[in-house]
Amino acid sequence: MVRAVAAVEMLATCALSRADSVAAFAHDGALSSWEVFGQQLVTGLSNGMIIALIAIGYTMVYGIIELINFAHGDLCMLGAFFALTVVGALGVDQWGGAGGTAGLVMVLVGTAAFCGSLNWSINWLAYRPLRKASKLSLLVSAIGASFILVNLGLFWGGLPMDVFAGGTSSAAPKAFPALVSSDPAAQIGDVIYSRTDFLVLCVTLPLMVALTYLVRYTKLGKAMRAVAQNPTAAALMGIDVERVIGATFFIGGALGGFATVVYSLYNQTVSFQMGYRMGMDAFIAAVLGGIGNLPGAVLGGLLIGLIRSMSDGYIEARWTNTVVFGILILILVFRPSGLLGAKLREKV
Amino acid sequence: MTDAPRTPLLRVHGLKCSYGQAEVLHGVDIDVFPGEIVSLIGANGAGKSTTLMCISRINRASGRIQFDGTDISSMAPEHVVRRGLVQVPEGRRIFPRLTVRENLEMGAFIRNDTDGIEADVERVCGMFPILKQRFAQQGGTLSGGEQQMLAIGRALMSRPRMLMMDEPSMGIAPILVAQIFDTVKNVLRAQGMTILLVEQNANAALRMSDRAYVLETGNVVLTGTGEELLRDERVRAAYLGH
Repeated sequence: MVRAVAAVEMLATCALSRADSVAAFAHDGALSSWEVFGQQLVTGLSNGMIIALIAIGYTMVYGIIELINFAHGDLCMLGAFFALTVVGALGVDQWGGAGGTAGLVMVLVGTAAFCGSLNWSINWLAYRPLRKASKLSLLVSAIGASFILVNLGLFWGGLPMDVFAGGTSSAAPKAFPALVSSDPAAQIGDVIYSRTDFLVLCVTLPLMVALTYLVRYTKLGKAMRAVAQNPTAAALMGIDVERVIGATFFIGGALGGFATVVYSLYNQTVSFQMGYRMGMDAFIAAVLGGIGNLPGAVLGGLLIGLIRSMSDGYIEARWTNTVVFGILILILVFRPSGLLGAKLREKV
Repeated sequence: MTDAPRTPLLRVHGLKCSYGQAEVLHGVDIDVFPGEIVSLIGANGAGKSTTLMCISRINRASGRIQFDGTDISSMAPEHVVRRGLVQVPEGRRIFPRLTVRENLEMGAFIRNDTDGIEADVERVCGMFPILKQRFAQQGGTLSGGEQQMLAIGRALMSRPRMLMMDEPSMGIAPILVAQIFDTVKNVLRAQGMTILLVEQNANAALRMSDRAYVLETGNVVLTGTGEELLRDERVRAAYLGH
């Protein structure tokens, strides 16, 4: 309950601060209506790509062991702390120029490796022993893992480092240094496509293409689909099912790691509670697209990103969560298999 | 199949298996010699499929399972396949949303010889030409009989030394059953494949088998050559319906 209350408070503050900025932005008189729309479109697509990358982690794990991995958002949160620690310890934000780009790549890859390994370990410790238990036990274990990660984040934020403001207030949000300038990469009228927006695209799109290739054409990818469709048959074909499941957790976690760095750069702040927000958006995106379906997760992510920004711009930011959760309820009631989800699991 | 004493390729000794508190196999002994077709017959619930799942190491069991002289009774399922013992499971269990081709590729999961795999895909398609026509279709769109052929082909893709087949005739049009049994009898036997066949269609199974075991509520109650069991009064009354 404490957690839920905290989350609501966080969402409320978050919504308020965004409401102010959007109101100022929409009513300063300088922007025409299409420019407002264009800017919300850019923001929505960038956020949508990030949400999509996290949603893939939910949908992959669900596809293979039918678990809604509630620890996934918090895994991404710890990834953000890891990234911030690396940036702070090495002073990556001071490198500049080509060194700065190299540093950014290093932070991205390092955080992906961290989140992938952590997700792999969580599966090994918290989910693998429950393979034959009921799905509910698995779900409870995931919620437990989520609590542990949140508290690790709270502890981590209290470490005495400059990036954590000396660790004086472990719960306070931390500023994430701008490793990429927010200068416009392109501009049409007053609609700005910033370098950060461009970075989001440069990170997320190639990863989605690479993942599609992996799942469709590689031996590991085919084995992942085989295990998802019939684990017993997969074992009878000589596939080491546990290894494939472990690889799935690693890949899903690594994508979350990439996403969380981009998210932190985009939103410039990191908090031990951010996993809830990231996780919820991505989970709703995965359900909207059809949980277990990879293109569905991408579509759902983009839609949720756009719905959020349009609601921020045209309704009011404080209503955005209501809109998004309302959509979740509508999908669950009218189309539980999601937009691209299979009708029903074929039983042969 | 006469000759001097040979060593069995598969030797199962004292196999016991339980589901929860209930023991369903009470010490099953089965020997299968190289090149033999051996069938395991019995009523529903006698433990035939359980026996195969224990041998494939999907189900937990106690007792000894030896394959080609090696104790496999505590091996992981994938290592059993790597040793050359593969199962065509009951209900086919093909991968419904993988294409026919991908299903076959998954059968060859333990192999890395791309050229050899390609050659074996052609070989399987030669054995079951309908699979070639369905090559790019999802497995789930095939008819029951076609799926059974795919399941057999998929198992052959690992280049096994021994095949365990669980009820290949179940729920399949009679004409396809005939074709599948014909392939087992003529093609696989000619290649020297060792086969352990589980069947409810005892008549057809006994006709194509060198030897057979009759399983009743978790015990082997009778064994002999296919011919002997076809003539046996008890078998005729219980399983052949006359």
